[in-house]
Amino acid sequence: MSLRSAINRVFDILTRRLDAPLMVTMIVLAAISLTVIFSASGGNTFDRALGQLRNFCVALVVMWIVANMPPLLIMRLAIPVFVVGLALLIGVAVMGETRNNARRWLNLGFGVIQPSEIMKIAMPLLLAWYFHKREESLRLADYAIAILLLVVPSALVMRQPDLGTAILIFSAGFFVIFLAGLSWKILLAGAVAAAAAIPFAWPFLHDYQKQRVYTLLDPTTDPLGAGYHIIQSTIAIGSGGWLGKGWLAGSQAQLDFIPERSTDFIFAVYGEEFGLVGGLLLIALYLVIIGRGLMIAMNAPTTFSRLIAGAVTLSFFTYAFVNMGMVTGILPVVGVPLPLMSYGGTAILSLFIGIGILMSVSTHKQLVAT
Amino acid sequence: MIGSTIRNRELEINVFRGRALFAGFVILIALSVVAARLIYLQVIKRDHYYTLAEANRISLLPVVPNRGLILDRHNEVLAANYSAYTLDVMPSRVKNLDAMLEELNTIVEIQPRDKRRFKRLLEESKNFESLPIRNRLSEREVARFAVNRYRFPGFEIRPRLFRNYPHGDVASHALGYIGRINDADLKRIEEADLTSNYRGTDHIGKLGIEGSYENELHGTTGTEQVEIDAGGRAMRSLATTAPVAGNDLTLTLDIKLQKVAEQLFGEGRGSMVAIEPSTGEILALVSRPGFDPNLFVDGIDPQNWDLLNTSLDKPLLNRALRGAYPPGSTLKPFLALSALESGKRTPQQSISDPGVFRLAGVAHYWNDDKPGGHGVVDMHKSIVVSCDTYYYQLASETDIDETAKFLRALGFGTKTGIDIDGELEGTLPSRQWKSNRFAKSTSEARKWYVGDSISAGIGQGYNSFTPLQLAHATATVANDGIAMRPRLVRQITDTATGKVRSTAELDANKPAPKNFKPENVAVIKAAMAGVVTEGTGARVFANAGYVSAGKTGTAQVFGMKRGEKYVAGRINERLRDHAWYIAYAPADKPTIALAVMVENGGFGGTAAAPIAKAVLDFYLLGKKPDINKLKAAQSEPTVSD
Repeated sequence: MSLRSAINRVFDILTRRLDAPLMVTMIVLAAISLTVIFSASGGNTFDRALGQLRNFCVALVVMWIVANMPPLLIMRLAIPVFVVGLALLIGVAVMGETRNNARRWLNLGFGVIQPSEIMKIAMPLLLAWYFHKREESLRLADYAIAILLLVVPSALVMRQPDLGTAILIFSAGFFVIFLAGLSWKILLAGAVAAAAAIPFAWPFLHDYQKQRVYTLLDPTTDPLGAGYHIIQSTIAIGSGGWLGKGWLAGSQAQLDFIPERSTDFIFAVYGEEFGLVGGLLLIALYLVIIGRGLMIAMNAPTTFSRLIAGAVTLSFFTYAFVNMGMVTGILPVVGVPLPLMSYGGTAILSLFIGIGILMSVSTHKQLVAT
Repeated sequence: MIGSTIRNRELEINVFRGRALFAGFVILIALSVVAARLIYLQVIKRDHYYTLAEANRISLLPVVPNRGLILDRHNEVLAANYSAYTLDVMPSRVKNLDAMLEELNTIVEIQPRDKRRFKRLLEESKNFESLPIRNRLSEREVARFAVNRYRFPGFEIRPRLFRNYPHGDVASHALGYIGRINDADLKRIEEADLTSNYRGTDHIGKLGIEGSYENELHGTTGTEQVEIDAGGRAMRSLATTAPVAGNDLTLTLDIKLQKVAEQLFGEGRGSMVAIEPSTGEILALVSRPGFDPNLFVDGIDPQNWDLLNTSLDKPLLNRALRGAYPPGSTLKPFLALSALESGKRTPQQSISDPGVFRLAGVAHYWNDDKPGGHGVVDMHKSIVVSCDTYYYQLASETDIDETAKFLRALGFGTKTGIDIDGELEGTLPSRQWKSNRFAKSTSEARKWYVGDSISAGIGQGYNSFTPLQLAHATATVANDGIAMRPRLVRQITDTATGKVRSTAELDANKPAPKNFKPENVAVIKAAMAGVVTEGTGARVFANAGYVSAGKTGTAQVFGMKRGEKYVAGRINERLRDHAWYIAYAPADKPTIALAVMVENGGFGGTAAAPIAKAVLDFYLLGKKPDINKLKAAQSEPTVSD
């Protein structure tokens, strides 16, 4: 075996399960992320950018592993992952750690984890598995069970309280149910019921959650408190103009006016320094990932792989939309990171796992189709 | 069965694809909304947000100008600035101030005195203001605090300019002091439309030169455009408009003379004003006791404040301008001048003084100081020996309103126009005055009686004037009847241009005070010279080494019953007579005119004249005063005046 063929073989092993369009887009996004994080951390230290690079590398390895797992294997993991996730969530409710008035963390002795993050993946996995199992004889009762499976963990997370994550978990599961074909009539009825429930649910919201809605409606009512984030981020984005103020040159970003500027509000830094052109480019890159994801889902051979690929893709969109909507002031402030852009190991890891699943689905179909 | 499964599967795939396409459609719409929002923010509203971002980023900081210096007439520095660090607190940002101060004390020494002063500032201030808790930090303390800064939110070290008065309490009443801007100051600043010029300034001149020349001394505040971060910290300077330092003032005061004169008063109370007759320039303005203006610069602590405020000696009272005392016999030369000017008397007109003055139809009689009287007395002798009877008679023949008119021209009962605020007009009695003064009493009490004229006629009665007024009138006589407006500031040096404005030129536009006939003034001058050679001032001024002119005065504080002998020792110290001496020298070409007043000092010839002589000795001959000799002269047996 020549060296050349050895290299070819290694390269083949490394890339066989990867999806080229997704991979290229992700690398571009990661590069943008590192660039903006360097700027958001003041432009004089590589600490954060290097940290994010490490996050990307670790997540890439995990993604590669997931991509190499056949969808059947992934499906088998659905129940254990969900059970563990649910157990941990219950653990949080019983003996979780409280920080900033929220009980979201669980100390496992070797480290503190946030079990709701696991649910973001575990929920669609479980529901996709469930519908896969019931595909032969899908009845309305199955949808009811699915909704129950969806509501319990979401409610647990909402009680922590963590409305943002609860919405993400709920929507990830909901996407599965939606894609599985729950009838439009029921969907419509559910939407009407949910809308009707808002006035009744409103009193149960926490004050800070209500405040976020008020703030969305009129940020100027509390310019130094809850409205401050939105006011400063819209100023940053708006002042960026067509082409932005240039890398490292955004005054809002560099002078600390943007809160959480390398995490949840990184889009404000990006918008200020790279302008409308940068913003549209980012949306385009997201569209590539979403489009590719939907394509993979539509071509997937099994119910499970279709549903999980579709749900992962729609979740990805949800993250992007909720974050950009929040930072530009069209959605309330909920703590959702901008996918593949915000600093943060957990978020990057769960996104890469999702994309790993997409890649697994897209590269394993021949094997399963038979 | 298999067929239906396949059909089911196809159906399911079709449903899935339909749903996925629908989702894709929704996604496109949602992301289009985000894109539209971006276009709205970044294209349509871009200018609006750009302006907001700039407003966020750029802050205009005031750059406080250096306050102008105050120099004496020989360029000796009387008030200067120095830079030092203060530790400021913004009380609104500190939760438990007392606990925080305790903790701070381990790093920067906070004395009880600092705390008391701070409490006082706190009571007077608005909540959001930043207040100094410690002034003049050492380099070590600055470094120690810098390291521990994170522990003390709301505390900050600031470099600041301080005012320093190197001569301490010398000339304190003339200089005044600066203190923190209070509500009243703020209101005045607002009314004068100077608010922007006082941004960043936290001290303002309160009294004396510092107060009255505030506009010259303050300077023009500069601005610095700085880029600030969200926490308000300045990151870098973008542009600066340099401040223009306040103008320097050169005073007319001679600080050496001032110091000597203040020494002469010892622990006692009193005042002296010395004027250069030809210019009106005030050479010394003494009011004792004084105070240390340095105490006020950082905000005075309550202990010192109480001490100054409650002391019976009233150290904060500027006696030279705001102390009105009956002038006693020192008024006689001016009464004589008025009589000459009005034609009521000629110099030669004489009276015979039997030692007592009686008025036809009035049972009351008025004693002369000298039992048995002074014999034949003309105007010259009336001043030299200080003959009361001469002036009783003059007063009985002169309408009080006419006397008031002439005395007013000499500056009595009116402001002299000195260039610092706060001088009193004193009391120049007249019919109108008495009627106003007793407006609430019976018409009997408001009427003017001839008896009022007679006691007013020897400088007693309702008369009361400030030492400044006496000195000013003396200087007018010394200057051959040409009155010069008294002045403390000689010139103003514009720091920006280096141009010097003399205040004499500035004064030229003001209406000149009334002048007097030189021949009349000459009579008075000769008589005042006689006081020193042969009269009530002769003993003190024997062998002076220069020729001076003067007049003694002893002003009653306490009315004596007739026949009761005035014995100083028997009377409460504060009810004793005030001692006066007015003088100018050299007699032929005066370079200095002065009025000395020793509060409750007793006889003018004994208590005040030796001080006047020591001042003249120093000014004319450069002779340092001998305090022991002065004490000895002041305890000589009393002579009448």
